[in-house]
Amino acid sequence: MNKNPRIVLDKVRKEFDTDAGKLLVVDGVSLTINDGEFISFIGPSGCGKTTIMNMIAGFQQPSAGAIELDGKPITAPGADRGVIFQDYGVFPWLRVKDNISFGLSLKANYASRPERDRVAQHYIELMGLRGFENAWPKTLSGGMRQRVALARAYAVKSEFLLMDEPFGALDAQTRSVMQDLLLQALEREGKTVALITHSVEEALYLSNRVVVVTARPARVRTIIDVPFAYPRREQLHRSPQFAELQYQVHAIVMREYENQQRLSQ
Amino acid sequence: MRAMTRVLPWAVVIGLWYLIPATGLVSQALVPTPWQVLKQFWVHMTTKSLWLDMLMSFMRVGLGLSLGIVLAVPVGFVLGWYRPARTLIDPLVNFFRALPPIALIPLVIVYFGIDELAKVVMLFWAAFFSGVIVMYEGIVQTNPLYVRVARTLGATDLEIFRRIIIPLAIPHVLTALRVALGVCWATLVASELIAAQRGLGAVIQNASNYFQIDIIYMGIICIGIIALAMDRLLRILTARVLVWQDRLAA
Repeated sequence: MNKNPRIVLDKVRKEFDTDAGKLLVVDGVSLTINDGEFISFIGPSGCGKTTIMNMIAGFQQPSAGAIELDGKPITAPGADRGVIFQDYGVFPWLRVKDNISFGLSLKANYASRPERDRVAQHYIELMGLRGFENAWPKTLSGGMRQRVALARAYAVKSEFLLMDEPFGALDAQTRSVMQDLLLQALEREGKTVALITHSVEEALYLSNRVVVVTARPARVRTIIDVPFAYPRREQLHRSPQFAELQYQVHAIVMREYENQQRLSQ
Repeated sequence: MRAMTRVLPWAVVIGLWYLIPATGLVSQALVPTPWQVLKQFWVHMTTKSLWLDMLMSFMRVGLGLSLGIVLAVPVGFVLGWYRPARTLIDPLVNFFRALPPIALIPLVIVYFGIDELAKVVMLFWAAFFSGVIVMYEGIVQTNPLYVRVARTLGATDLEIFRRIIIPLAIPHVLTALRVALGVCWATLVASELIAAQRGLGAVIQNASNYFQIDIIYMGIICIGIIALAMDRLLRILTARVLVWQDRLAA
């Protein structure tokens, strides 16, 4: 991995107007996401992680500070940053293959019909969706829907994947399968990934770096470098080093969860 | 078996229809038998061109319904999509919707006369206000997630409208159509009170003037059957267009 910075957050602050006055959600977050890196954000629910992600995606703007992508401020969502949501967001009125090629039919990334079909087929294979090309999303399980969402983001050649608890709604086994699927997809077609998760195990298994976020307002508590080399395989979970690191990070994260608990009382 | 379950409820209704007068609870003079009604139907079809009444009613409902929905869809959409528009116009919509069309008859006569126009205006009124509510309640519930996903894939505003919002609105348009269809048939008789020469409402009106109860029954049943058929048709259309939708039962 080269250390070429792509997304830079500089003292990012975000407040929301509420009935009870201003609510400070993100406070002075500075962070660099390097090219090809997999970075995870972990922290208590309601701490402001999603707000950070929304600002990187371009859905929201910082109240102060700056977020830049290759030196230019992020002002709007774009196809260069694919977003994967916990609720999948698979379009129910389109069949699987049309969901995947949807982005390629837009002006921003237009491709001809045969080209769209070719790309869709490629990602159907990559995400293990063969046989489901013509299925309606309503017939798919949560894991399968998330594969469709991933394939759809891949199809527009987004350089970044922003994932907001993408596997949070899945059962443990499906989740594990999806983690490996994601790692394999990244091995074949690398992307820069930012992931929000509640699972220390997931963060450590997938990422280069784990950012522990404090209770609200979100600040960077600490950033942990994950030393394990890629490609990573399921067995990594059973290594003593993994267990040790998981234990340490868990302790840090738990403290923030407790702080957030106090905050919401 | 399927055919059985379809026919059975009707068989029970007709059976009760025969039975109740036979028990003497209700005077037989006031309840014609199904057979009498069927005979009236045949007589009216062959000698009094009942089919023309059916056609007239059908056309009025069709015209009022189409016009009402054609306007209700964009208005309902704007109300659902733009919160300020909703707060501004919502009380008005609910005020006018609450007015029973029958109460409007005198005014409709004053402003639109007693011709076809007056009847279509009433049906339009009924269709518009029932349709607009369904439409905007539906749009309000639109999941914003799909719009966000489309934006992250690079969609422009126009593309979001054409490719996301329209597909999401279609189920609500169809529901609005079905709801308005029911309300229109309910309003039909009222609209045909306005000096209609023909139409099922007029048939019922005339029959009631002469206390021809079997003809009243016949008219009512005709309305029921046509309304049922139209609803059925819309349901088939809905199932065709919305194969992608999650449904509790087919």
